[in-house]
Amino acid sequence: MPLPNYTLGVMDASVYAPEVFARGLPSDQRPEQSFEYAAKPAGSIADAASPLLALQGISLSFGGVVALADIDLSVLSGEIRAIIGPNGAGKSSLINVISGVYRPDRGHVHLDGTSYAQVPTQRLAHLGVARTFQNLALFKGLSVLDNVASGLAYKVRSNFAGQVLGIGRSRGEQRDSRSRAEQILEFLHLTAIRDRLVGTLPYGLQKRVELARALVAEPRLLLLDEPMAGMTASEKSEMAAFVRAARDRFGTTVVLIEHDVGVVMGLSDRIAVLDYGRKIADATPDEVRNDQRVIDAYLGVASDNEDGAGI
Amino acid sequence: MTAITGDFASVPVLPKWLAPVLLLAFAYGVVPLIGSSYLFEAILLPFLALSLAGVGLNILTGYAGQVSLGSAAFMAAGAFAAYNFNLRVEGLPLIGSIFLAGIVAAAIGVVFGLPSLRLKGFYLAVSTLAAQFFVQWALTKFSWFSNNSASGVIDAPRLSISGFALDGAIGRYLFALTIVTVLTFLAYRLVSSQTGRNFIAIRDNETAARIIGIPVLKTKLLAFAISSFIIGVAGVIWAFAYLRTVEPDGFDLDRSFQILFIIIIGGLASIRGAFFGAALIVVFPLALSRLGGFLLGDLFDSGVLDMSQRIVLGALIILFLILEPDGLVALWDRVRRRLLFAWQST
Repeated sequence: MPLPNYTLGVMDASVYAPEVFARGLPSDQRPEQSFEYAAKPAGSIADAASPLLALQGISLSFGGVVALADIDLSVLSGEIRAIIGPNGAGKSSLINVISGVYRPDRGHVHLDGTSYAQVPTQRLAHLGVARTFQNLALFKGLSVLDNVASGLAYKVRSNFAGQVLGIGRSRGEQRDSRSRAEQILEFLHLTAIRDRLVGTLPYGLQKRVELARALVAEPRLLLLDEPMAGMTASEKSEMAAFVRAARDRFGTTVVLIEHDVGVVMGLSDRIAVLDYGRKIADATPDEVRNDQRVIDAYLGVASDNEDGAGI
Repeated sequence: MTAITGDFASVPVLPKWLAPVLLLAFAYGVVPLIGSSYLFEAILLPFLALSLAGVGLNILTGYAGQVSLGSAAFMAAGAFAAYNFNLRVEGLPLIGSIFLAGIVAAAIGVVFGLPSLRLKGFYLAVSTLAAQFFVQWALTKFSWFSNNSASGVIDAPRLSISGFALDGAIGRYLFALTIVTVLTFLAYRLVSSQTGRNFIAIRDNETAARIIGIPVLKTKLLAFAISSFIIGVAGVIWAFAYLRTVEPDGFDLDRSFQILFIIIIGGLASIRGAFFGAALIVVFPLALSRLGGFLLGDLFDSGVLDMSQRIVLGALIILFLILEPDGLVALWDRVRRRLLFAWQST
């Protein structure tokens, strides 16, 4: 018995969330436009091309330590938005504010037109937001397939009795979540290890499984907290290709934190630079590369290194 | 290269249902014919009751990761609830009393599981001690629970299912075996269902589980409810089929620890593990007393037996935690793989 909210799973993967495709323009068609929106006050976000995510005056401190100070940030549908900065700049805190793990002291998070003082973590998946973690947050006792399928747990409506007895909607749900998880595994080239316990995999693959778990829910907004940390150069470029492919295929908007500036420059549409909890730049990769404050704060004193080689 | 792939490909993969089905056929078809009354009364009945309690605790602690020291309390709640339903509700069949007793134990489990929403690990374990002490206190304090019996002791009713008496050792064995089989099968289905995977997700990473939209609070309480239901029914088997007369003191903290040891030794997060662990816990004291009596004769009295049991059991648990944290189940699987492989290569 197919269920209305589960029909996506049995369809072909190319028709995932078509409305997202309609909203998100290809990135090469809108650079000037995006600056307008970035410069706009966050109060006027109700118009047609409003950003999917907007942060407005976010401040957060732990005791006396200021993690974030008056951060504004807007993310348009379908773009890959990087947040970079030196260690301790507040990047992970920002992701934790967006995903509701932290409650900011001041400021609001506007998500798809709704304003939150603290994003409700428990409802995050329903709001179309998925995230990965800086330190792996996989379920070690589950197989790769089950880890990925757990990304769909928020949709499950059958109760445990139905699942135990195999009656009601539980069978259809089980079948659909498996088939969708398998599609994502194939997309990320993980099919060969689908039955392995996730704890037994090498680090780079675990990172990719975590991306799969986030993607399986077809989120509109994907938050990646250092998706390439600790990877080799080839793993990094592979991961970057997967992130771009995910955006192109599902129209997912991506916010990512990354240390490797080289990878970020090639991958993102716009980059926000944080330093000591403040946003010191917010522009295209090329402009960020040439921004003197960024070079001073983040890249160290390397002003003669204009093309960014070796950073 | 080919050798490596060959290892896995050539090991004959028996269907997963085969071993349990053969075991059940043996338990139903052969054991009643050849078993002595001693085997049923001293070994199989406590084994079945403790195994079921282990299955229940494993759902909570092994799968959902919530440590509990209140298992004996839930057994007591089940036993006394079944006794009272049977006594006070006219015409309620035995199975009905047992089911309702499980529900009562589940409700108490949910109440004492509420601290799990805020507490973790050690702190949660200590808070489940409250269940242990409260239930035992209430059953001793209010004589209504034991039908005003002077010492708080309850006598099991006659066991019969639709007029078919099950009072003999074999009858009680079959009664317990059937309940244990049905509940174990359902528990197995549960842990491989979406709910079971949610349990594991919460155990392995609660923050990630919350972020991906698993209803953490609801799932934790569900784990307490299901676990306590099963442990409660195990308490009924313990009281009605095994001991026949029980008092609240029989469900003390030692019993809770015993069930915790069963799942640690048998293997956390494994349904089979509960049976392995219970077998060891039941057979081990008997074997030790035989061995002690044989080696030391009269010197090995009950005091020495009790003490040596504790010492050896304690040492065993430490050894297991160090050498085989995954329990007897992992040991068994490894041995079986070796044997299969050796058999293959001959």
